[in-house]
Amino acid sequence: MPGIEHLLAALTPINILLALSGVVAGTVIGSLPGLTATMAVAVLVPITFSMDPTAALIMMGAIYTGAIYGGAYSAILLNTPGTPSAIATTFDGFPMARKGQGDLAITLACIASVTGGLVGATFLLMLAPPLAEIALAFGPVEYFWLAMFGLTLISALSEGNILRGLIGACFGLLLASIGIAEISADVRFTFGSQVLLGGIETVTALIGLYCIPVLIDLVATPDRHLKVTHKPRGFRFLEALGLAWKTKFSLLRSSVVGTIVGILPGAGGSIAGLVAYSEARRTSKNRDNFGKGEPEGVLATESANNATVGGGFIPTLVLGIPGTPPDAVILGALLVQGIRTGPSLFTEKASIVFTFIYGLYLATCLMLPVGLVIGRYAYQTIVTVPKALLVPTVAFMTLIGTYAIRNSISDMMIMVVLGVIGWTLNRFGFSPSPIVLGLILGRIAEQGFVQAWTIGAATGELWKMFFGRPISLVILAFILLSVFYPLIRSRFRKTTGEAGNVE
Amino acid sequence: MKNTLLVVTAMVLVSIVSVGGSLVLADDFPSQNINYVIPFGPGGESDITARHQQAFFKKMYGHDMIISYKPGGGGAVGWAQLNKMKGDGYNIMGINLPHIILQPAEKDVGFTTEDITGVYMFHYTPDAIVVAKDSEFKTLEDLVAYAKENPAKVTFSGSGKGTSNHLAQLRFDKMAGIKTTYVAFKGTGAAVAALLGNQVAAEWGYTSVGASQAESVRMLAVAMDKRHPKFPDVPTFKELGYDLVSGAFRGIAVPKSTPEEIRVKVSDIIGKINADPEFRALLENDGMALLDVDYKGYPAFIAEQSKVMLEAAREANIIK
Repeated sequence: MPGIEHLLAALTPINILLALSGVVAGTVIGSLPGLTATMAVAVLVPITFSMDPTAALIMMGAIYTGAIYGGAYSAILLNTPGTPSAIATTFDGFPMARKGQGDLAITLACIASVTGGLVGATFLLMLAPPLAEIALAFGPVEYFWLAMFGLTLISALSEGNILRGLIGACFGLLLASIGIAEISADVRFTFGSQVLLGGIETVTALIGLYCIPVLIDLVATPDRHLKVTHKPRGFRFLEALGLAWKTKFSLLRSSVVGTIVGILPGAGGSIAGLVAYSEARRTSKNRDNFGKGEPEGVLATESANNATVGGGFIPTLVLGIPGTPPDAVILGALLVQGIRTGPSLFTEKASIVFTFIYGLYLATCLMLPVGLVIGRYAYQTIVTVPKALLVPTVAFMTLIGTYAIRNSISDMMIMVVLGVIGWTLNRFGFSPSPIVLGLILGRIAEQGFVQAWTIGAATGELWKMFFGRPISLVILAFILLSVFYPLIRSRFRKTTGEAGNVE
Repeated sequence: MKNTLLVVTAMVLVSIVSVGGSLVLADDFPSQNINYVIPFGPGGESDITARHQQAFFKKMYGHDMIISYKPGGGGAVGWAQLNKMKGDGYNIMGINLPHIILQPAEKDVGFTTEDITGVYMFHYTPDAIVVAKDSEFKTLEDLVAYAKENPAKVTFSGSGKGTSNHLAQLRFDKMAGIKTTYVAFKGTGAAVAALLGNQVAAEWGYTSVGASQAESVRMLAVAMDKRHPKFPDVPTFKELGYDLVSGAFRGIAVPKSTPEEIRVKVSDIIGKINADPEFRALLENDGMALLDVDYKGYPAFIAEQSKVMLEAAREANIIK
């Protein structure tokens, strides 16, 4: 293991203090819908100018980690993923909260995030240079197939409701094509309006489609927001730990999935959470409870999305290619400090890199107490605050949060309109997740497809481009598996007859 | 969480008030923080440059440059709102070429090139042809010769369409009498990843790529007047017989309502930062080339660049 001296260098009082305040600030910012990890890091860049590079890195890493975890709060308590990474957390987190298990869900999310964070950081520490190659092996066509894989997972996830899931995803794909196209620079579906020129921001759609329907329902029904079934009983830490231990393999697998997806610069936390979630569901004993408040679902997504932090730092530090948007900001802050990331960083500036990685461990470990305390506070507040105060406060925050993403008034209007659309669609049994995933994956798929097609056509190997590359073929196999898995499964059940029913 | 919400809300409100309630006083300008809007997302090259300026501004004037982002439509969303900001000199926005010239020429994006009051163009990242270290193309001649025999088969990654990289590819193809294929990627990072992963044969990138990826890439030529001080061994296109000087230019604009004397003051501030030897060294080390076009020189500069860029774009059928 590289250098105990770097571990000691990370453990100075000032670094511990920075990591602690970073985690606290990150958790709070991440829990507010619309305030993203990228923004949290960007706001703090000027403060880091006067620090030494290691301290600056540790603080930014801590904020980033905290913000990704903080996104779970609003996903669990308000059914609103604060960041795209937390989309899959809503699947089981919110149902748990509805049943009065919100405190347990938050503690589970905390344990999962710490586990995922530690696994990601370990890969970063031990295997960063070889793993960075994965980022390069993924070309346009691989991203195209990966996005396709994500889209097929939607249909698998909306089992029993596949048609509605697919319609929702198509609506999301259409939303993705609004505005100036990223690659071809065409203007599409703006209807001559300046408002739509910049397209629909993902987080704007997240807030609108998830949070506004919840707010409307809160106002429209006399029930409490969340049921309270029991007196507050501490953190329920041991209970949560027991649940996590029971699914330790699933937890580890989700963390590894998160790390690997994190390494891919074009993918992102939403795909990591989605893949981990559907894998956990596929292999779980409690498979039929997924989507109805299954603790394992929360564990899977939250471990995966925090593992993307460590994973994303791998291409950032090794190749100088940012793995995630917050990484891009951190890369910029380092450049200002006169530090260039890249292959030589690990050899020439080893002390900075390894001290930072140990700092990331430190921040992740601090997240356990910090996350439990803030999480409990957040839960108590949401449960006990009267509706008359909760609804306007959250409504105000959604507007501020939406505005803050791009400093845009138009985004606030788009958010409210999408909210009304989302609420109406909910009445007809459409859930917001397929729409948002269509929006996110549509852009990735389009870029990958256009680039792969252009390269394939130029080199005269179009067929080979799409169907002749090993990684593509593996993803393609996964796609077929996930499309036909429900079919195979039901066929299998029929042939095994009674045995299936007993289960 | 309620208290936290209140604190954050209060912070947001305070920052809005402190940015909004500024007075125009030319004599003691700048007497407070400057709000610097980048019409792109955080982490891009425009952001990184602004971060460099931010540090030096603080050192020279004791106030902060508060950087905020208004991304969307390749910068168009921000520029369309430039003139709606308060014209007191405390609100400035980054501008980029060829964006502000080509975007309004292509379609209605809510602003025209004339709407933008540029006060200073401070640097450019010169275009360059970049190949992987183990590429068979050792020199520009190798590449041109191969492209002549295999029309359209040489693939270049590059950042975006209608951008500086793209224009350079179009212009160079014409000068060299070759046909190559340009593949647009989302930003320089993705274009470099495609190059390093051998997804494409070469990249139309910037000298900054040569600096940040020194261990893994080779630049065949740079589109500058003279060789870049950081890369004395890399020839210019001019030396090799192609009259290509191009790049992504960056500058600062103010809202139209900004009074004349304040415009000059903002121009002077950016000029003073640009003149700092430490600042120059930092940017050159990142592969940038410094430029000093002040408020007076801006109209002529834009007129000249418009002519070149619009002509290249017209010939390539990007615009009509």
